[in-house]
Amino acid sequence: MEIIVNGTGYNVDVEPDMPLLWVLRDELGITGPKYGCGIAQCGACTVHLDGVAVRSCQLAIADVDGEVTTIEGLGTPQALHAVQEAWIAHQVAQCGYCQSGQIMAAASLLAGTPNPTDIEIDDALSGNLCRCGTYPRIRAAVKTAATRLSEG
Amino acid sequence: MTKVGKIARRTFLIGSVSVAGGVAFGTYAYRKDVPNPLLQTLGRNEATITPYVKIDADGITLITPRADLGQGAYSAQAHWIAEELDVDPHSVRLDPGMPDPAYYNGAVAGESVPFPAYDTSWMAENARRFMDVPAKLLGLQITGGSSTTPDSFDKLRMAGAVARETLKQAAATQHGVARAALRTKDAHVILPDGTRIPYTALAEVAARTSPVTDVTLRDEAQWRFVGKRTTTRTDIPAKSTGTFEFGIDKKIEGMVYASVRTNPAFGGAMVAFDASYASKMRGVQKIIPISSGVGVIADNTWRAIEAVNAIDIDWGPAPYPATSDEMFASLKSSIAPAFRDSRNKDDGNVDDALAHGKVIEAEYRVPHLAHAALEPMNAIVLVSDERCDIWTGTQIPGFLRTHAAQLTGLNETQVFVHVQPMGGSFGSRLEDTYALQAIELAIAMAGTPVKMTWSREEDMTHDYPRPSQVGLARGKVANGQVDTFDLSIASPSVASSWFGRLLMAPPGPDLTLVAGAWDQPFAIPNYRVTGYRAPEMVPVSSWRSVGASGNGFLHDGFLDELIHAAGADPLEERLRLCHHDLSRKVLEAVAEMSGWAGHDIGENRGRGVAFTLSFGVPTAQVVDVTNTPSGIRIDKVYVAAEVGRVVDPVNFEAQLSGGVIWGLGHAMNCELTYENHVAQQTNFDTFTGMRLYQCPEIEVRGLENGDTLRGIGEPGVPPAAPALANAIFAATGLRIRELPLNKHIDFV
Repeated sequence: MEIIVNGTGYNVDVEPDMPLLWVLRDELGITGPKYGCGIAQCGACTVHLDGVAVRSCQLAIADVDGEVTTIEGLGTPQALHAVQEAWIAHQVAQCGYCQSGQIMAAASLLAGTPNPTDIEIDDALSGNLCRCGTYPRIRAAVKTAATRLSEG
Repeated sequence: MTKVGKIARRTFLIGSVSVAGGVAFGTYAYRKDVPNPLLQTLGRNEATITPYVKIDADGITLITPRADLGQGAYSAQAHWIAEELDVDPHSVRLDPGMPDPAYYNGAVAGESVPFPAYDTSWMAENARRFMDVPAKLLGLQITGGSSTTPDSFDKLRMAGAVARETLKQAAATQHGVARAALRTKDAHVILPDGTRIPYTALAEVAARTSPVTDVTLRDEAQWRFVGKRTTTRTDIPAKSTGTFEFGIDKKIEGMVYASVRTNPAFGGAMVAFDASYASKMRGVQKIIPISSGVGVIADNTWRAIEAVNAIDIDWGPAPYPATSDEMFASLKSSIAPAFRDSRNKDDGNVDDALAHGKVIEAEYRVPHLAHAALEPMNAIVLVSDERCDIWTGTQIPGFLRTHAAQLTGLNETQVFVHVQPMGGSFGSRLEDTYALQAIELAIAMAGTPVKMTWSREEDMTHDYPRPSQVGLARGKVANGQVDTFDLSIASPSVASSWFGRLLMAPPGPDLTLVAGAWDQPFAIPNYRVTGYRAPEMVPVSSWRSVGASGNGFLHDGFLDELIHAAGADPLEERLRLCHHDLSRKVLEAVAEMSGWAGHDIGENRGRGVAFTLSFGVPTAQVVDVTNTPSGIRIDKVYVAAEVGRVVDPVNFEAQLSGGVIWGLGHAMNCELTYENHVAQQTNFDTFTGMRLYQCPEIEVRGLENGDTLRGIGEPGVPPAAPALANAIFAATGLRIRELPLNKHIDFV
């Protein structure tokens, strides 16, 4: 099977029902997306499929019908995406395990809704669980990123 | 200094030592006079160093031995060293070091890690009572009890200062100038003529230089990192770009992947298993029976989890009550003289006071709760005839090493625990079951590294949870004041359960049973708190804020009931009863922050206040709620805590508000219930904690009135549940005495 991740094409020889998450992590060594629940309840595995946030733990590799972007493809420490920049500015992460997913969910939200209301932020990100309790800073960082993106 | 030879073999020297072309600095002599009764069995000559600074030609490494569970401990420790050493914490290497007797005993000799004499955390309080506990065991490295900051703040700055002055001395010797004429900046020694010499270029000379020990710590006016809002955590850029490597992300060349299933009824055996189907699944290499269960070795984590779930297993029964109802019945029947464990608070005469007049009675309950760190427990282990290497996130590397030696038959010196950064813990990594299971698998796969990962379901059902508790409370009010408060708490003993697994047998009462209740700073005329040690049932462990996590709700919830019965103002009556100035000030702080003018803040709204002193930190919270047509909404939380000094304001806010969210989320939404001995909540669909949409705005204030530096990882948790329940009472008139609150009221 062929798959494009962060702009690079890969050939993977796995069973069709293997979740994208495990193809990324254990077959391709792309470990930004995390395993937290395996049932699309925590959002730690969130990646983009053609720019839209999806839970990679519940997406079988055979159903991947677009280009995959992981947190590593969103931006790098040297070239940060605006959402990542805001996450650093607000010192959001504690343990950080959920933050790849939070950031991917936020980036997807802002791509479609450049100036989200509080309710839109809640709706878009409540599927991403944070056990450390970074939510107040997540909200603040999303707003900062929105401002930054809308200013161009 | 008599053990130089021994230490040299470990490549550490008193003071400074050559390490492969470089130098390592530690702290040593200035520590020796710190008295600690726990250390009397520790030989003086074992007072070796804890090296915190290593410099070689490749660069500078700061050793940050307290584990990072997500609370920012590595970054904080690095900043404290750097405050004196004049390096940029963001551009040096951080290394948690390895557990090693010489390495850690030095820390013990220096400052009684992890139990400083002034530490009143649950572990320290218990440890002080267990005078026959071998001091060497306590010398091993533990992270917990909100102890990292109080333990490390002075010690690590001193280590930085010793290293800095010794590097200056090396430069002084080399260039024939006085040390006093030299300055340091950005990892360079600066000569009087302005010449900058990198620390790395001075490493070899420094290794031959007598360490400079007569150093004084810089005055706070000179601080660049401590107390500054500009200080940022070293780990956050990597955690925001997917480049931070957690234990679960680590890869060792040639490793295989594994997962296990063990009896979800703790202590029950595996009677039989049939892996005939699983063994034929793609990628499966081996099926390995382990203690109480079975593991699968495969070429991919998902395949290992799928295969282990495909094994047909016949589980044996567990030796404790099968259902939550039976467990609560056992707790309630434990409130009896035969189970009495402690009565350290007994003011006035409760029995006389309650013998006449109107007695108010209430029964409180809190459930078992899982830690459910978002990173499922995992470990990579490589076992050979000569050594055992373990890569895992743990708060107890020393105990893990001991357990690994027992399991493998190797000496402890042949076991190497490489502590990995952790995706949360909340106390779960004070246990090492997951790592021991990985060792069992690795023994059967000798020579091949085995990466074992628990599925979420395995994690939830094999987490040693916080125990459920029952509180029976009685009290009386008189003349508009709280007059009598009598609380009986029954719970299994966390200390007994945990120390038991660490192969220690603590005698004496377990104050975690009553922590957050017996030790509250209130002057109630008749005031009694009694702990009853219930039978263990499910093995239990420390959960963020430990005993206080439930007792805060029991104690402050009932106190609120009495205050309302007295017709007093909830905040004013707490203030009137409080005899501890530092505690009064946190209550006054939340009163000011919230503009407190009573618990009634409008139609369908309510305001609650709660207070708990835990881990030495007085913490008060005010919670505002609205009773909407579809349920309770938490509008805002005000929280104030007294910690002596806020050493990192930005991270302080994160830890304290995180503690509030942890406390509120579990109080609202979470419980473990048991059927057939097994926890019924196995994933985040039924055990959610708090999600973003339920998160209120939180206003945080740190107070610095006290003399003692305190940690803030846990104290935000205990008052959260009662503050919310008290607010719900104010808004609705419904007094909820059982967690989770959503059993009794809906939340939006």
